Amino acid sequence: MWTRPATSAELVLPRRPARRRLARIPIPVAFFIGFLLILVLSAVFADYLAPADPYRQSLRGRLDAPTWLGGTTGALLGTDQLGRDILSRILFGSRVSLLVGFTAVIIGGLLGSLLGLVAGYAGRVADEVIMTIADTQLAFPLVLLAIAVVAVLGPSLQNLILVVGISGWVTYARIARAQVLSLKQKEFIEAVRALGGSDLRILFRHLLPNTLSPLIVVATLDLARTIVLESTLSFLGLGVQPPTPSWGQMIGEGREYLIIGRWWVSVFPGIVLMLTTMAVNRIGDWVRDVLDPTLRNV
Amino acid sequence: MRAFLLRRLIRTVVVLWGISTIVFVVMRLSGDPIVLILPPDAPTAEVFRVRREMGLDEPLWVQYLVFLRNAIRGDFGQSIHFRQPAMAVALERIPATIQLAVAAFALAVVMAVPVGIVAAVRRFSLWDHLGMFLALLGQSVPTFFLGILLLLLFAVWFPLLPIGGTGTPAHLIMPAVTLGAFAMASIARLTRSAMLEVLSQDYIRTARAKGLKEITVILGHGFRNALIPVVTIMGLQFGTLLGGAVVTETIFAWPGIGRLAIQSIFNRDYPVVQATVFLAAVAFVAVNFVVDLFYAVLDPRIRYE
Repeated sequence: MWTRPATSAELVLPRRPARRRLARIPIPVAFFIGFLLILVLSAVFADYLAPADPYRQSLRGRLDAPTWLGGTTGALLGTDQLGRDILSRILFGSRVSLLVGFTAVIIGGLLGSLLGLVAGYAGRVADEVIMTIADTQLAFPLVLLAIAVVAVLGPSLQNLILVVGISGWVTYARIARAQVLSLKQKEFIEAVRALGGSDLRILFRHLLPNTLSPLIVVATLDLARTIVLESTLSFLGLGVQPPTPSWGQMIGEGREYLIIGRWWVSVFPGIVLMLTTMAVNRIGDWVRDVLDPTLRNV
Repeated sequence: MRAFLLRRLIRTVVVLWGISTIVFVVMRLSGDPIVLILPPDAPTAEVFRVRREMGLDEPLWVQYLVFLRNAIRGDFGQSIHFRQPAMAVALERIPATIQLAVAAFALAVVMAVPVGIVAAVRRFSLWDHLGMFLALLGQSVPTFFLGILLLLLFAVWFPLLPIGGTGTPAHLIMPAVTLGAFAMASIARLTRSAMLEVLSQDYIRTARAKGLKEITVILGHGFRNALIPVVTIMGLQFGTLLGGAVVTETIFAWPGIGRLAIQSIFNRDYPVVQATVFLAAVAFVAVNFVVDLFYAVLDPRIRYE
């Protein structure tokens, strides 16, 4: 018996629009979103929220324990080796982490997406060149490169952002390129070209919007990487220079005092850092599940 | 096969050349190493003599060509700090790093693969949730902070393990866990998702239908086919491992190549930096080459033409 082949409209499964699916936020994700919001707000309003001046030293109050562990200076999370209030320094330190993390993602994302689009669209030679550079960078221990560059250029906020940002472009480029390669054969691109659309128009009005959702997924997960890399460099003394506080630097400075049992200097900023990267990772996983479940291996 | 090998080889050479060039440029940007070698009050004649001896009086492009010519022969020059050939200094540290990396990697695979399989087979069970929470934790905790937590826990609060250095197997435990944690987390997550995908295939149902033991179905039919993405991530994780070794070795005073690289960067000992980075890149490229060859073993349908 002959049956009419199903038309494409009938084959499409009822699929809730992305916006509707976003409305159902799993509880752990909601918790982490809340945590990040608080973090951003406390970074912005650190001046008002911090219980003490993060720069004020006190020789008498050096390495004082948190109040609830018998500390005498009244610092909720204790004081560091110069007697500065750790809670206040954590609040101010979040500025560096978030600023470097976000701007580095933007730099790496823009650079990588652009190069990926070009590699996928502009033909064989550009593709070979760009992807060979990508391979070269992948074969490079990135932490080492970042350390070398910062050590050479000198540690500063700009250099930190630049190095951390540029180090991340490869993933964006690969994703953008793969998307373009599969899209550029499609009929709608053919149609635009037949109608006289220029290459630039095709790239930015038609290909870019269609690669956007995997790129957003990559960017979200990349944020965890940039925050960790910034704190690693700061830990090694190559980040923002003292006295400006940053989490990695606080953890690094506190390392010497672990042995004598003054663990709070390192551990509290470390916990906040860990919660931050956990939050970003968990939210990134969820964004990926919502926007583009095929990107499982990113 | 031969064409594939040739193409891979050419690409590898290009990559290694690119890396050497980047390192050369970066290290030369940092200025004159003479000031680090000689005391500040050294006579000018002495400065000129050392500069000539090291070839630093030549134009930059000549220095670059000389550098390339020597690099091909494995000669990265004399270490400024150790006053020995840089390559020898770097090679000397390789065994310690290999020991650490292999221990970390073995630990990661041995822990992560079973966790990933169990999490996939018992999806949404308590074990799945627990395993994946630990994986999220492992993926999120920065290497240096994990190192510090372990130190605090097992060397300060409960002094069970040595605080740093090498010598006994006990020295290896904390550095290996620290270094392996991230790879462990990634491998566990990927094993789970690859297994989930494979287990929903028709041939799994067929295998069950013909009455095979569940363990044979899961390992023989399921895991065997989930191996390709898992092996790929293992290869890529090895690169992360080398980067992580820099931090881990610094924290635990492990005399490997990562710590040497950091010290050399701070000492501006260019030749040693170049040698270490070059060796790390060779290791990474070699591991991923082996991974590529391994694909054909895992999946006989893959042929390299």
